[in-house]
Amino acid sequence: MHSFSYRANALLTFSLTILALMCAMASLTDNFNSPSPTATVQILNVNRFQKRSNGDDEVAITLNISADLQSLFTWNTKQVFVFLAAEYTTPKNTLNQVSLWDRIIPTKEEAKFSVKPKNKYKFIDQGSNLRGRDFNMTLHWHVMPKTGKMFADKLVLPGFRLPESYSYR
Amino acid sequence: MSKEPIRAGEIVVFNVDGREIPIVHRVIKVHEHEDGEVDVLTKGDNNFGDDRLLYAQGQMWLQRHHIMGRAVGFLPYVGWVTIIMTEQPIIKYILIGALGLLVITSKE
Repeated sequence: MHSFSYRANALLTFSLTILALMCAMASLTDNFNSPSPTATVQILNVNRFQKRSNGDDEVAITLNISADLQSLFTWNTKQVFVFLAAEYTTPKNTLNQVSLWDRIIPTKEEAKFSVKPKNKYKFIDQGSNLRGRDFNMTLHWHVMPKTGKMFADKLVLPGFRLPESYSYR
Repeated sequence: MSKEPIRAGEIVVFNVDGREIPIVHRVIKVHEHEDGEVDVLTKGDNNFGDDRLLYAQGQMWLQRHHIMGRAVGFLPYVGWVTIIMTEQPIIKYILIGALGLLVITSKE
């Protein structure tokens, strides 16, 4: 009952339990954070709007994305993953979500930013349903903790519309 | 795995036909059809390109049946136990041996 192996086992179990408890408590503190992120998105230019050789529509755009996500950071935040997706419905698909741009934000200071990127990932439809298409731009953020529960939310920015006809400029 | 539909931004665990180790990556594109079937594209956050290079030959999308689960949180360093036991199987045997010894030499 008092052998080395018993004591070592008891000590190990106890310390692992305490460690798990500390991780859970650290994660719990994230629930007390009430973040207030802000963002604006504009399409600066439609660079190319064409039909691909297989018949699918493709759009290439330049975006203007400004956001302040500093309030998402807590002491238990490892990094924040932010991405902008175009969300729309077509006669063929009930929901399409296409990520156009994303970034890993490692620190609170870098969480306030303004960028003018071209779409990082191709905006390709399944089919040819994008002309004159209304869509929402949704800015999603996923807060990755140092330990514990990940939480995610998004900001829906409606009111975007693709041109009525193909173009290249 | 919950019955919730798969949405962009979620981190999913999936198996590719022919690969034994599952991949845990983020969904970047979702195309959901009327019948409920869904086409999904994934990508590792810090990777340059999407996962099409990792999918099976000719495969462009993942479907619901490829996906085994989703990530909801992080437990730091816990994965190391599995990694060490896979790479140095002897540690697995030592651990099981030690536990067995403890059970046998128990006085109760």
